Amino acid sequence: MLLGVQRLTKQYRGPDGRVDAVSEVSLEVDAGHFVAIRGPSGCGKTTLLLAAGGLLKPDDGQVMVEGQNLYSLSPEQRAQFRAKRIGFVFQQFHLVPYLSVLENVRVPSMAWPMENAAARAQELLEMLGMSHRLHHKPDALSTGERQRTALARALLNRPGLLLADEPTGNLDRENAEGVLQFLTQFAHDGGAVLLVTHDDYALGFADRTIKMREGRFHSASEEATDETTNEANVS
Amino acid sequence: MSIWHLILREIFHRKLNFGLGLISVVIAVTCLTGAMTLLRAHDLETDRIVAEREAETAQRMKELEDDYRKMMLKMGFNVLILPQDQNLGDLYADDFASHYMPEEYATRLANSKIVTINHLLPSLQQKLKWPEQQRTIILIGTRGEVPLLHRDMKKPLLDAVPPGTVVVGHELAQSLKLSKGDKITLLGRDFTVTTTYEERGSKDDITLWIDLKEAQDLLGKTGQINAILALECECAGDRLAQIRREISAILPDTQVIEFASQALARAEARNRAADEAEAALLAEKHNRAEMRSRQESFASILVPLVVLGAAAWLATLGIANVRSRLAEIGILRAIGVRGSQIMLLFLQKAILLGLVGGAIGYLAGVMIGASLGDVVVAENGLWAWDPALLLMALLVAPVLSVVASWIPAILATRQDPALALRES
Repeated sequence: MLLGVQRLTKQYRGPDGRVDAVSEVSLEVDAGHFVAIRGPSGCGKTTLLLAAGGLLKPDDGQVMVEGQNLYSLSPEQRAQFRAKRIGFVFQQFHLVPYLSVLENVRVPSMAWPMENAAARAQELLEMLGMSHRLHHKPDALSTGERQRTALARALLNRPGLLLADEPTGNLDRENAEGVLQFLTQFAHDGGAVLLVTHDDYALGFADRTIKMREGRFHSASEEATDETTNEANVS
Repeated sequence: MSIWHLILREIFHRKLNFGLGLISVVIAVTCLTGAMTLLRAHDLETDRIVAEREAETAQRMKELEDDYRKMMLKMGFNVLILPQDQNLGDLYADDFASHYMPEEYATRLANSKIVTINHLLPSLQQKLKWPEQQRTIILIGTRGEVPLLHRDMKKPLLDAVPPGTVVVGHELAQSLKLSKGDKITLLGRDFTVTTTYEERGSKDDITLWIDLKEAQDLLGKTGQINAILALECECAGDRLAQIRREISAILPDTQVIEFASQALARAEARNRAADEAEAALLAEKHNRAEMRSRQESFASILVPLVVLGAAAWLATLGIANVRSRLAEIGILRAIGVRGSQIMLLFLQKAILLGLVGGAIGYLAGVMIGASLGDVVVAENGLWAWDPALLLMALLVAPVLSVVASWIPAILATRQDPALALRES
């Protein structure tokens, strides 16, 4: 098991008191698997993804990545762990606007210095068809190119787990397919991918899809009867 | 990728933010170094003015000394050496000594190692009736100065009167219509007038000066004198007793009297002049010190205000910078950049801002201070170059910048990456 989420609960304070964003959700993803979580906006899927990535401390439950309980680490140790083992891709790309494509991909080496970061970055960008854009700034790129740059950045340190939050949300079908194929390839190469999306097209690339609503998982077969299950295993 | 790489790229991307911050640091450092340069200029100018005044005073005192020396020459002599048995009452009543001593006394004194006397003038004086003119005159026979053998030669205060010539006092010259080159007859002997004196308002105005030897012959006092005049003797205050002791040891049968009023008047005048010069100098120093104090007070209010303003402005710019970079901070945190690195991202930028602003502010402050400082002493302006001040600017500016950026840096560090990513 590469990623293990156990009875994870996260609440937010709302105007009417505390609201469960994620409620007692459990999830396991092994290496080599691509899991998609599908649900409407506000269902808690981004909260789950951020918590799984060690960015959002849950109110209850625990997150294990490669056997390491993320929230037993100090914030600094957790940052180090993220730098080494977890990659993120977001809908908004979050590229640093004043850095070139190549520099953006090399940013993770600031957090976890690695040898030949530039060569690795260039290699990734070539794989993603971005070799002609190495020295362009993000504002000179198309949205598809920006997302491919963000994808290369997520993979620089050779993470085991890739967390993708609506990575195709701003892309056309052609670019979305390219990104999703790359995620699939990453999983086939031994990584684990957890994708959260409301894009049905993306679901076709996943090994397994979990539907999420109001902070809980719903199995596809049980969706019609509105029964819920908060445990999902992919192996 | 290093933090510096990111900082430099960000600076070039957000030039306005960095430029505005830089301006505020430059203004603060310019105020600080400008004020200090102005004060330094003031101090230099004060030193120059005081040195100039001191030189002027010294020169003035030298001139006064020379004036008094000349005045003393015209007024009379400091010390009069008379025969031991000379009655002073008779001397004051008759205007000349009625007792005599050997001319050789002057030579003996000159050959001694006396140190309190600078010039010696032996003379034979007598009030007499000028038979050829039916006038009462004072006849003074003088041989000029007797050189003091053991001392360096000094410029004579009085020249000898060559034989066959006469120097005529003002009143006699006026009344007898005598001028240079005229011939007169005195006690049957002919003399040529070489000099007529200006009016002195004293017995000198009815005096004739002739060669001592001729006077001795005319008055029947061969080898005799009745006074030795000692000029420029160091006789002020209690040194008179020393002079008397020295002279009586060499010439035991003589007495010494001092023209106390002249000597003291000279010393008093000199002291008063010195006091006035000193007072003027002190007033100048006081005036300069007050000006400096006013400048210092003004700077002590203005500079902290400007520095505080700059710090507030820097903090505001820093907060704005953090707010505009929330997503960037969020993604950096997400990919594993530590909070301490985020902090360094802002503080190192603040140090760079301080160093650049400090250097520019130093140059601007020095140039403004040098141009407003009105320092005359050094025209090339190199006086304003102060490595210690530069070092201070390069220390103070980064510290100011770091302090002002501290809160924004803390805000950035504490930024919740999940919140930042979700909100963006």
